[in-house]
Amino acid sequence: MTDTQLNFDVIVVGSGPAGLSAAIELKRLGVGSVLVVEREKHAGGIPRHCLHSPYGMREWNRLMFGPAYARRLTQDALKAGVDIHCETTVTALKPDGEIEVSSNAGLQTLTGRAVLLAMGARETSRSALLIGGTKPKGVMNTATLQNYAAFSDDMPFKRPVIVGTELVSFSALITCRSHGIKPAAMLEANTRITTRFPCYLTPKAMGVPLFLSTQIVQIHGKRQVEAVTVIGPSGPDTLQCDGVIFTGGFRPENALLRSSDFDLDSGSLGPKIDQYGRVREPGYFCAGNILRGVETAGWCWNEGRKVAHCIVAGLQGNLPPRTQVDISAQASGSDHAIKFSLPQAISPSAPKAPVAFDKLQLRLSDKYTGNVVIGTTTHRISSKPERRILLPLPQSPFSSKALP
Amino acid sequence: MSKTYDVAIVGAGVIGCAIARRLTLGGARVVVLEKATDILDGASKANSAILHTGFDAPQGSLELTCIQEGYKEYEALRGQMNLPIDRCGALVLAWTEEQEARLPALMEQAYENGVEDVTPLSRTETFALEPNLNPTLRASFRVPRESLIDPWSAPHAYLLQALLNGADLERDCPVLGGQFDGRHWTLTTPRGDIQASYVINAAGLYGDKLDQLLLGQSSFKIHPRKGQFVVFDKMAARLTQHILLPVPTETTKGIVVCRTIWGNLLVGPTAEEQEDRETANLDHDTLEMLRTKGAEILPALEREEVTSLYAGLRPASEYKDYQIKTHPETNMVTVGAIRSTGLSSALGTAAHVGRLLAELGQETQSLKDPDVPQMEMLAENQTRDWQCPGNQGILCHCEKVTYREAIAVLNDPLAPKSFAGFKRRTRATMGRCQGFYCGQTVQNLLDQKGLEHD
Ligand SMILES: Cc1cc2nc3c(=O)[nH]c(=O)nc-3n(C[C@H](O)[C@H](O)[C@H](O)COP(=O)(O)OP(=O)(O)OC[C@H]3O[C@@H](n4cnc5c(N)ncnc54)[C@H](O)[C@@H]3O)c2cc1C
Ligand SMILES: Cc1cc2nc3c(=O)[nH]c(=O)nc-3n(C[C@H](O)[C@H](O)[C@H](O)COP(=O)(O)OP(=O)(O)OC[C@H]3O[C@@H](n4cnc5c(N)ncnc54)[C@H](O)[C@@H]3O)c2cc1C
Repeated sequence: MTDTQLNFDVIVVGSGPAGLSAAIELKRLGVGSVLVVEREKHAGGIPRHCLHSPYGMREWNRLMFGPAYARRLTQDALKAGVDIHCETTVTALKPDGEIEVSSNAGLQTLTGRAVLLAMGARETSRSALLIGGTKPKGVMNTATLQNYAAFSDDMPFKRPVIVGTELVSFSALITCRSHGIKPAAMLEANTRITTRFPCYLTPKAMGVPLFLSTQIVQIHGKRQVEAVTVIGPSGPDTLQCDGVIFTGGFRPENALLRSSDFDLDSGSLGPKIDQYGRVREPGYFCAGNILRGVETAGWCWNEGRKVAHCIVAGLQGNLPPRTQVDISAQASGSDHAIKFSLPQAISPSAPKAPVAFDKLQLRLSDKYTGNVVIGTTTHRISSKPERRILLPLPQSPFSSKALP
Repeated sequence: MSKTYDVAIVGAGVIGCAIARRLTLGGARVVVLEKATDILDGASKANSAILHTGFDAPQGSLELTCIQEGYKEYEALRGQMNLPIDRCGALVLAWTEEQEARLPALMEQAYENGVEDVTPLSRTETFALEPNLNPTLRASFRVPRESLIDPWSAPHAYLLQALLNGADLERDCPVLGGQFDGRHWTLTTPRGDIQASYVINAAGLYGDKLDQLLLGQSSFKIHPRKGQFVVFDKMAARLTQHILLPVPTETTKGIVVCRTIWGNLLVGPTAEEQEDRETANLDHDTLEMLRTKGAEILPALEREEVTSLYAGLRPASEYKDYQIKTHPETNMVTVGAIRSTGLSSALGTAAHVGRLLAELGQETQSLKDPDVPQMEMLAENQTRDWQCPGNQGILCHCEKVTYREAIAVLNDPLAPKSFAGFKRRTRATMGRCQGFYCGQTVQNLLDQKGLEHD
């Protein structure tokens, strides 16, 4: 981007796997000017600081660590002719693809004929969980721990407890063990761990006790964490530790959408999209973790790529108008079982309109076995919470072309 | 090495900071002795940040006088120092018949306290101003001049002005004892003896202890009263314009819902008596209660995410009013039990203390053309640095703190010595992500500056 260029064919907000893969694909499909805007110092998103695998299998059939993966995506984007502007924060989204950005230059307005929103997701903080006690140092999310591992000389603690057992919780465990940190315990409030994981990664194999049905209620310590109070099956207990890692509980980084008055899904906390990845506001598309908390990098990468095709169709005038009617999935046996389903709307199909979201992505908040009703169709499912569930999209009257 | 001053102020809370400014501008050679590593580390660390008019203060109290004098002076000096004010006004809300019946008496009290611009509002009139309130509301009255300020930059500016004009500050410097020889005090600290003609006790939560230490007795006892808060994100702040107050009970002013000057929304504080003067513990069930209470007042809060938590301790005593006492035989003034309005009253309290010292014989000669510090503007209703050229980029994305703001704070004469101090001055890591994105970057920046880990 030359300093004076303010108009682009496509502007991508966020340079994580979703944003960069979309940008690369857009160039490959012949789009003239593609700008990626990234608020951090370097492009690459979350993988920049994930000093572990698995990354890269879906993309290049290679097992990579996060930083190498982020570098490769960034280099591919630059090679493809994508402009990347780091240390530039999008601060407002306006009608018709006008975005306000803040950088060392102050405020500027840029315009894209289309804008892809790929701002990713973050974990839930201690505060949002209303955990009691004091506010010493050493309390953080996995991503912050990983930032220390990747970019600092010192680690913030030696013996933290890890709260949660999602996939990312095991990233926290691995990052700790590979950086001379021996977690005091791993805590899970439920009766079983949340994620599926290979057994060589069990906390036990890493020498870390796992406490199930155990909740953290208080954090103690004046300057640094000194202990935590937990309530387990046999009542309250104190665990000595010098840090607390709150893992997972991903939520879309949606503040920009909310402050710009975009319509959000109260289940996913992300924007409402149709099968082309379009939100209601004309010109705006979405892909990656901004849609639903968390998926793997490979999944987000693929989603970015597919939405790029829809964006090109949109630029060429080949997308039908977006429907304003939402669809949703209902679990017949429970009001709460379904956390979210996406896409939230099905627009008409058209011969030259490629479909980025050709399956309904469903996520449960509780274990559920029973029927799920989507429009006029009923599916039988049986699943644990937080697992990826894919169901056929409701029938649409026109034929459409699904992307690989 | 011993040093000699006109006045030694013990405690760098908001009260000590304001007194340091007043006396320095009055020509005194002042030292402020603070036991903590940072200023504003006691009661002044955590409050609701409301600039009170005194409409509900006890009639005829010293507290009321100080609040009103303090309010006026804040208005007079904030422009020069670049200190914000959000003139949002407050609504006192009645949800039950009993509460509604008490509104006239509360308005009467406001009139008698000289706050004559309060206006009664019907249910409909209230909803016209605040459409997001719970529909069960019955009536309210409005106190237009209740306002929001920055609880950090204001006291910081007072002390900075004192320092710029010749005062000294000693941090990590607890006063451990003292002797008065009939003319001078000699205060014992780990950093050596400090000599001063006058001593001001502005020790907040330790006000009674310091009187005992220096005078052998105290005429009041501090009963710390904890207040817990939950803070919501910027979007929640759109739900209300006003400071939303309940009808007070005999024992407490009750739970307030209000925006902060930084554009977030807080719900709190509780009022819980405790013995401990140091630790304000957060309690999960109480935080849940605050959350629920907030959603009763503004139902749309139900869907909002809590972004941060905090708790503070009020230096309450067995008395309702401030305990400001002169001790003429020993050249000392105790400024104690500044319970729940110290941020508002600080400048007024300082003026009052200045007059008391003059009565004790301390000479004043006002400084001509004193230096005036310029503070960083962090208020959401003003232009922020991230909107201006040359800001060097954004460090904390949630609170939009720029590198230029961060570096200015690190180069300030009152630069923080810890992560916590940096956080309070800049608000970095205090937003919705609580350091997910920038926590390590901030630590790195502080490490480069050689700041200790705390
Ligand atoms: C600790 C951790 C470990 C993980 N481990 C793995 C793993 O081993 N394997 C795996 O497959 N997946 C893993 N994941 C998940 C994976 O990293 C994410 O799925 C992936 O990064 C999501 O890509 P994204 O492009 O949607 O968002 P992100 O990677 O989050 O990128 C979003 C980008 O948008 C930028 N941004 C946000 N708002 C703005 C704005 N207003 N202006 C400008 N820029 C903005 C952000 O700075 C960020 O760079 C892990 C995630 C975490 C947190
Ligand atoms: C929950 C809550 C909400 C509040 N809301 C508001 C509000 O909205 N508006 C308002 O106006 N006010 C409010 N207040 C009140 C206000 O915060 C207090 O009145 C004010 O902070 C008292 O300040 P202080 O300087 O007297 O005490 P402190 O801030 O406690 O200062 C005393 C200082 O003395 C130091 N010290 C103690 N002993 C020694 C020693 N021996 N040697 C050296 N140093 C020593 C301490 O370390 C401390 O820094 C609130 C308070 C609380 C707790």
